Amino acid sequence: MSKFKSKKDNALPAVNTASLPDIVFMLLFFFMVVTVMREDTLLIENRLPLADQVEKLEKKYPISYIYAGKPARGYEKYGTEARLQLNDKFAEISEIKAFINAERAAIREELVDYLTVSLKVDKEANMGIVGDIKEQLREANALKINYSVGTGSALDN
Amino acid sequence: MAKRSAPEVNAGSMADIAFLLLIFFLVTTTIPKDSGISRKLPPMEPPNDEDVIIKQKNIFTVLLNGKDQLLVEDDLMELKDLRKAAIEFLDNGGDGTCNYCNGRKDPKSSDNPDKAIISLKNERETSYSAYISVQNELVAAYNDLRNKRALQIGPQRGFREMDFVLMEKNYKDPKFNGDKDKLKAVIDQIRAEYPEKLSEVQ
Repeated sequence: MSKFKSKKDNALPAVNTASLPDIVFMLLFFFMVVTVMREDTLLIENRLPLADQVEKLEKKYPISYIYAGKPARGYEKYGTEARLQLNDKFAEISEIKAFINAERAAIREELVDYLTVSLKVDKEANMGIVGDIKEQLREANALKINYSVGTGSALDN
Repeated sequence: MAKRSAPEVNAGSMADIAFLLLIFFLVTTTIPKDSGISRKLPPMEPPNDEDVIIKQKNIFTVLLNGKDQLLVEDDLMELKDLRKAAIEFLDNGGDGTCNYCNGRKDPKSSDNPDKAIISLKNERETSYSAYISVQNELVAAYNDLRNKRALQIGPQRGFREMDFVLMEKNYKDPKFNGDKDKLKAVIDQIRAEYPEKLSEVQ
C-alpha cells in the first residue's frame, strides 16, 4: 500500500499570488481613470444643500467655480461671516467681474458664450452674499448659472 | 568564457509598487458629482420707462423671509405644500384657452400657463438651503406638469412611456437610438405649453 501513498503531506497548498499584481493594477487603472484632482483648495466650509430636481452639469462646456461659505477651520481670522472664494484665495464681491473676464480669456473663443458658472455655496450661508454674486454675474453678462447641490430630498434641508 | 544568461528580474515587489500607487490614487480621488439646478439670470436691461402691466391674478408670489418662513400669496405655507400649490396655480387655465390644462378653471387664479408667472422674493437673511429648497420645489412643479403632458402626447408621437425629464435626458444622450428631431419637436412643444416663467425679485 505504501506504493500509492502520497509523497506530499496533506497540508493546504499556499494560494498562488502570482496574479495579485494584475488585480492590483486593474484597480489602479480604474482609480487613475476616474481621478479628478481637486482644482481649488477650499478655504471655506462647503456643505452643499440637497435637492432632487437636479441636472448634470455638462462637462463639455467650460465651467467656472465660485465658492462661498464660512471660513474653514484654520482661517478663523477671516471672520465667521460667509466669504467668497475665487480660485485659491478669498475675494471680494467686486472681484467677480475680473474673475469672469479672466476665465473667458482662458477658454476658446467659440466657447465663451457657453461658460457656465457653478455656484458652490455652503448651505448655512445667507442669501445676501448669493444675491450680490448674482448681481455681479449679471453685470459681467455671465448669465448661465448652476446652483451646485447634493442629491437628496429638499425637504430635509 | 562561458556565456552567462541575464538573471531574471525579481518581480516579487511589483505588487507592493502597484499597491503604493493604488493607495495614492485612492486617497486623491474625488469622484465628480457635479449636478445642480440650472438657472438663467436675466440680462441687465437698458432702463426703459414702460412697465409691463401684469394682472395680479397671474402672479404667484412666493416670499421667503429672513426667518426662513415661506409666505405664498401672503399666507404662511409649509414647504411640502408648495409644489401642489404651484401646480394648481400654473395648471388653472382660467380663461379657457388652455385645452390641455387639468386645473379648476378658477377665474380668480391664473389665465393660462403662458401668462402665469411665479415671482420669488427672498431677503438677505434668508438661508441658502431654504432658498434652494424653494427653487427645487418650484422646478419640481414645472417638471411634474411637463411630465404629465409628456405622458399624454408622447405615445401619439412615438415616444412611449417617456416623461419629460427622460425625454430631455435621451435628447442629450448620444447613444439614444430614436428620431432625435421628432423628440426635439415634442420637447419644444411641451416647453411652449408650460413655459418656465420664474421671476426673481431683487
